[in-house]
Amino acid sequence: MINFLILPLLIPFLTAILLIFCSKNVVLQRWVAGISAFINVAVAFLLVQKVRNNGIQTLNLSSWEAPFGITLVSDMLSALLVLTTTIIAFACVIYSFKSIGIEREKYFYYPALNFMIVGVIGAFSTGDIFNLFVFFEVLLMSSYVLLVLGGTKIQLRETIKYILVNVISSALFVIAVAYLYSVVGTLNMAHISVRLSELGQSGIITVIAVLFLIIFGLKGGIFPLYFWLPGSYYAPPAPVMALFGALLTKVGVYAIMRTYTLFFIHDTGYTHQLLMILSIITIIVGVVGAIAFSDIKKIIIYNIIVAIGVILFGVSVMTPDSLAGSIFYLIHDMIIKSGLFLLIGIIIAITGTSHLRKFSGLIKRYPGLGWTFFIAALVLAGIPPFSGFVGKVLIVKGGFESEHYWGGAIILGSSLLVLFSVMKIFINGFWGTPQNFAGESKVPVRKLLIAPIILVTISVLYGAGSEFIFPYILQAAETLANPSIYIDAVLKEW
Amino acid sequence: MEIVMAIVIGVLFMSATYLMLSKSLLRIIIGTGLLSHGAHLLILTMGGLKRGTVPLLGEEASAYTDPIPQALILTAIVISFGVTAFFLVLAYRAFKELGTDNTERLRGNEGND
Amino acid sequence: MKTNDLILQTTTKVVLFIIILFSVYIFFAGHYTPGGGFVGGLLTSGAIILLTLAFDMKTVKQILPFNYIYMAATGLLFAGGTAAGSLLFNVPFLTHAFGDVNIPILGETALHTATLFDLGVFLVVVGVTMTIIQTIGVDE
Repeated sequence: MINFLILPLLIPFLTAILLIFCSKNVVLQRWVAGISAFINVAVAFLLVQKVRNNGIQTLNLSSWEAPFGITLVSDMLSALLVLTTTIIAFACVIYSFKSIGIEREKYFYYPALNFMIVGVIGAFSTGDIFNLFVFFEVLLMSSYVLLVLGGTKIQLRETIKYILVNVISSALFVIAVAYLYSVVGTLNMAHISVRLSELGQSGIITVIAVLFLIIFGLKGGIFPLYFWLPGSYYAPPAPVMALFGALLTKVGVYAIMRTYTLFFIHDTGYTHQLLMILSIITIIVGVVGAIAFSDIKKIIIYNIIVAIGVILFGVSVMTPDSLAGSIFYLIHDMIIKSGLFLLIGIIIAITGTSHLRKFSGLIKRYPGLGWTFFIAALVLAGIPPFSGFVGKVLIVKGGFESEHYWGGAIILGSSLLVLFSVMKIFINGFWGTPQNFAGESKVPVRKLLIAPIILVTISVLYGAGSEFIFPYILQAAETLANPSIYIDAVLKEW
Repeated sequence: MEIVMAIVIGVLFMSATYLMLSKSLLRIIIGTGLLSHGAHLLILTMGGLKRGTVPLLGEEASAYTDPIPQALILTAIVISFGVTAFFLVLAYRAFKELGTDNTERLRGNEGND
Repeated sequence: MKTNDLILQTTTKVVLFIIILFSVYIFFAGHYTPGGGFVGGLLTSGAIILLTLAFDMKTVKQILPFNYIYMAATGLLFAGGTAAGSLLFNVPFLTHAFGDVNIPILGETALHTATLFDLGVFLVVVGVTMTIIQTIGVDE
């Protein structure tokens, strides 16, 4: 079936339409959303296997041949990210059943969520730079809806800022595509790569590279463009926060990964050096934020920023090892961040506050929650048997091998501080004297715990089975390290 | 012709920046509209300004125009139409709910914890 | 405040049908010449907005009792369904089929599945625009 790689995109799209029609019936909506999310996980898994066995999958939409029409490309990196996205979407959907509230569910929460998944998966699997912009807009539009849904004051206020930032970055994206088009005269990513290597590196291409870094950096939240992130991600409820934290920033990171390994590889002395410096500052800023705040949401949000810095450091080093580490760490981070957000969502639901000093002793009453959180914290910091470790080792190894000792050292130091920042939540919130909270009896903790436990389990398995998963990661990294594999797969007869 | 276009685009970006730096929410929205207009004109200019017919083989003309920039602009216009409409609705709701359209009063973190 | 908008109302009653007819023409013109679902949809929603301006939201709701959100969803279903139809024939997604068909009365007619796709676009545009207008204008 030649259309296989569009299925993970098409399923949430049709589901979203179906969900609009049954928006009155909340129970039906839950069933439809849950089942379709589960099917999508299975389809994405098959897609990964297909890419593993048959190599890069491409699909020329509308039967237009490769550089002329829009091409969807599924290499190992995008297939793995699609699989991760579907898993996170499934977890967030089943978490939403018990937490998001009937009001939001009636006002098109599930359709918006599904449209956002369409945008994210589309952005991961497109092979056309303008189509990437379109999918960015699809996911942004739905994220606006998700962010504002519920209409509390803080949500309205933060959504205005969020939209303004993203409208400007979208305009910059259009401008950057226009410049790129005037230089290379094509939009197909593989074809752009071919044309750019024919042209060699000139000044204008470096300018375009930096422009792309600004655009994707705004979405991904690298220094100094992360300013909007802590505020906007703070506003929505936990499952939306998990989706945003795990997926939206990572789409920006993926786009940087793609463009900086496929397009702008001729003047690495400037572009990748810039990326490296920015990523290291991003790590430092994120760590400072994570330690300084005593608000659990803020701590995890600043941990997103740390992770983005770590991943991009691996990209900027550009050795096969560090790229493999970046991909491994990217997937690890998506899974564990969404799990952590869902966990702190439960904590906030129980205690009614996100401030660390206002609650303590949770582990006595909720041991399941406490231990899941403990394991998640260890996974996040990258303690050896867990998955964060493998990715970080590879990134640091790549950094040391190419003699970027400072960067490697800062990443190692940051892991300790990340561990400290999450252990701070554990020690202050879970130890100490147990308290009673108003309204905690209404919280269905066991049912809410299902989704985060799924995610944490997957994350632990991902680390424990890294031996088994590693060939997949290597295949993805190989495609990034040798753009010719990607180009040959897309432009078959060129 | 390119020079004229460049000046127009520059003026549009300039006005957009000015409007977006003001405090009224409505002006900011108009600013984003102008910004996207500037970006669309930039695509048109970057695609190459020339006279010619539609790029169909049957036309047998001496010059053809590149259809891709136009397709891109159409897509971008539709998207910016959608985003601007959403932004307007949101600004209206925010005005109703928060009682102000002054971004100065939207600052701060109160209610954040 | 009661305004005298007799002229606007009378003109609207005539112009409305001209605009809608023109939008249908534009929609079908998109087959081979400039036009299509997006422009046609905008024209139609322009006509409905004119009607809303001349009369009021309540009257328009009585005349056109559509749920515009469902209308947009139906449009998406048409567009997505046409695109996904290619899955059944195992050709690349979004591939369209076309051909000349002999229809009684109309004679030899060029039919194209892109029209169905465009119909979807038309419905989405009308649905989304009217939803926006209703959201802003509802509490006046």
